[in-house]
Amino acid sequence: MPQFKKFLLPDTAEGLTEAEILSWHVKPGQDVEVNTILVEIETAKAAVELPSPFEGRVTELLVEVGQTVDVGAPIIVIDVDPNGAPAPAADPATSTSNSSDAANGAVPNLVGYGPKGAPAQRRRPRTAAAPAPVTAAPAPVAAAPVAAPAPVAAPAPVLAPAPVALAPAGTTGLVPLTKPPIRKLARELGVDLAALTGSGPAGVITRDDVQRAAEAAPTPGLGLAEPAAPVPAPAYDPATRERRVPIRGVRKATAAAMVASAFTAPHVTEFLTIDVTPMMEFRAKLKVTPAFRDVKLTPLVFAAKAVCLAVQRTPDVNATWDEAAGEIVYKSYVHLGIAAATPRGLVVPKIRDAGQLSLHDLAAAMDSLATTAREGRTTPADMVNGTITISNVGVFGVDTGTPIINPGESAILAFGAIRDMPWVVEGQIVPRKVCQLSLSFDHRVVDGQQGSRFLADVGALLADPATAITY
Amino acid sequence: MSSPERWTAARPDSPAATAATPTAEQVIAGLRATSEGGADLVQLLTPEGERVTHPDFDIDIEPAQLRALYRDMVLVRRVDRESNALQRKGELALWVPLLGQEAAQVGAGRAMRPQDMAFPSYREHGVAWCRGIDPTDLLGIFRGTDHGSWDPIEKRFGLYTIVIGNQVLNAAGYAMGQRFDGKVGNSDAEGNPAADDEATMCFFGDGATSQGDVHEGFVWAAVYDAPLVFFCQNNQWAISEPTERQSRLPLYQRARGYGFPGVRVDGNDVLACLAVSRWALKECRRGNGPVLIEAFTYRMDAHTTTDDPTRYRLSDEVEEWKLKDPIERVRAYLARNGLADAAFFEQIQEESDQLAVRLREFCVNIPDPPPDRIFANVYAEANPVLERQREDMLGYLAGFGGEH
Repeated sequence: MPQFKKFLLPDTAEGLTEAEILSWHVKPGQDVEVNTILVEIETAKAAVELPSPFEGRVTELLVEVGQTVDVGAPIIVIDVDPNGAPAPAADPATSTSNSSDAANGAVPNLVGYGPKGAPAQRRRPRTAAAPAPVTAAPAPVAAAPVAAPAPVAAPAPVLAPAPVALAPAGTTGLVPLTKPPIRKLARELGVDLAALTGSGPAGVITRDDVQRAAEAAPTPGLGLAEPAAPVPAPAYDPATRERRVPIRGVRKATAAAMVASAFTAPHVTEFLTIDVTPMMEFRAKLKVTPAFRDVKLTPLVFAAKAVCLAVQRTPDVNATWDEAAGEIVYKSYVHLGIAAATPRGLVVPKIRDAGQLSLHDLAAAMDSLATTAREGRTTPADMVNGTITISNVGVFGVDTGTPIINPGESAILAFGAIRDMPWVVEGQIVPRKVCQLSLSFDHRVVDGQQGSRFLADVGALLADPATAITY
Repeated sequence: MSSPERWTAARPDSPAATAATPTAEQVIAGLRATSEGGADLVQLLTPEGERVTHPDFDIDIEPAQLRALYRDMVLVRRVDRESNALQRKGELALWVPLLGQEAAQVGAGRAMRPQDMAFPSYREHGVAWCRGIDPTDLLGIFRGTDHGSWDPIEKRFGLYTIVIGNQVLNAAGYAMGQRFDGKVGNSDAEGNPAADDEATMCFFGDGATSQGDVHEGFVWAAVYDAPLVFFCQNNQWAISEPTERQSRLPLYQRARGYGFPGVRVDGNDVLACLAVSRWALKECRRGNGPVLIEAFTYRMDAHTTTDDPTRYRLSDEVEEWKLKDPIERVRAYLARNGLADAAFFEQIQEESDQLAVRLREFCVNIPDPPPDRIFANVYAEANPVLERQREDMLGYLAGFGGEH
């Protein structure tokens, strides 16, 4: 007879409280063995694969890709006796667990949440009735149209089945600041601390904040008995001929960063068209030398080198506007960001201390960076603390654009496609390799004079690499 | 340019270093040397499974013995992988993988005699196996139900030491004791140690060599001629720090500074590890200790289950070391020379599957220890203060009505 076992999300790294589901490796109906990889999750420490503790058939996946799940919440149901004959009582031979919790199918695991059942389950009644009360406003469908007085924030639609805590949209992911008794109170009242703004000193969440949030939430019994049904995965609706995809992951991060940048840094964009024939000739010469045989010497590598060199003369483009401190931070190092299109979206991995790398080492670094990014293995640590960025729009065959500055930086260079174009040399029109550069800079930090000088320097270095010898 | 291996004499019995200050060239070469196997790597079985000889450390081994070493390594690896999976299922709080270091540990572990003593760090599951400790006994530490359930005296294998390098001091003291007790150097006319002469083996990693405790252990063991084999598994990574940030010199050459021999052995070659460990233990039993062995190997998995090595090392490095797998080369050698048939390999596979099942079942059925056990094992005899604390704690827990 079918015997269902639930696998609870384990704490894979000593003290974690949650993890994000990266990908499922199995689907309902599939037979699994002990140690078959079920799912890949990402915790605060690492992306890891979870092996199956059971042999049987997958009955149901309880959480979706992209969801952040509390440790201890069930994530999958596996029928450990899918082919067994119907039997009136439980078969002792197949009851594997040593705990009474086996009765309800939840197999306890070890750390952080003993065999007494997952905390998420204990919270079920409240979270089910009012999933994260302060944020619940848009979700409940018909029953209580006015049940949401003054929500603090109105994030993405709630799509959680009850035991799963979604990472609330719009938060920074930091642990909300408050005291342990208040955390306990919030847990008891079903208030999501991450959705609150603290009114205490330095933004600390107080007891009053939590109680206000609890009172403001719709009370159970208003017809919200059923938890909101999970929103189906990216679904095409033939009626509207539209497809809806939840905003998450890289898309979400990109959007937030671009909005933040576009509406804080006053952008100025300048353009320059240059003849890069000498650079291309030099590149062809270098490529066949033994020293460069092991790297991919792309034009982008030259652009990177040119940026690193030109930064020396115009450090302003490599500086940061620190609004909070009321200071401009000039950096004596260059962490060069290279915008890369990947299957997961736009990521901008950094080359650390690019200013100190030789052309060869730059090429090697960019090659490994690109490989890592394309394989989706760029880690968050690789993507922060850049000082200036290059966006290689040329790879898409595009001439130029008006790039948006990466937040925290002051300039971004778009490197256009290199084409054979008519060009005037000594009064004659001749075909030359021509390319367009555009530079967006933050006018709070960089004035037109510095921005123009930097762009002209980069252009001169690319037009004639020999210029580098003057630096 | 002279190679860094020649700054100090590499042969264990050659005279002390006479070199003057190394040139800048030599220093730079030394930096590079830390990332390579080096000219002095002792190897008896190549990664391709070819048997090669070595002038100082050769070994005669029966096919049955080699098959036994193969079995050891396969079963140890299975214990490791299964325990790693148990952690991912939430059944262990932590696991410390040894993947890739099976040959180093089995080679060293099988070189020891029953009367020898071993002091492990926390990754020595393979040595534990060789000392006759059932793999299930390792689980309690990582499930948080005990601190090690074997008798260190009976098994001649100390409890796992979590503090990095600390066991080197314990081992140095123990080995000094062996010498003071006259259990060393009772050699016959030909210089062979007596059958009951003893030695100690101490296990630690490349990261531990940066610890003060290890330095102190080296100093004490050296000046007291302690019969101690320092067995350093250089798995190239001290969590996220590579060896070149631990040392300018190849680690085995540090021994010269303390005045005892150091040998670098291919840590993925079980025969070489066995041969060099046997030699080192014999020297120690004869009273010529201590000896440093650097087993040059690679940590194929994470530092612990909490670590994510993809954040700090390149996957092509891992791919490169996959080609040097310690088990595959023995398998290739056995199969190619007709020393083992398909039935043998199947039987080992079957045995390893059974072991995995036994390990899983044991793990999930470990009972939670009673909360007052912490008071039972601190002092040999009860005392009133502790009694009162115990009563207080039990009373406090009872206040939850069994719901804590």
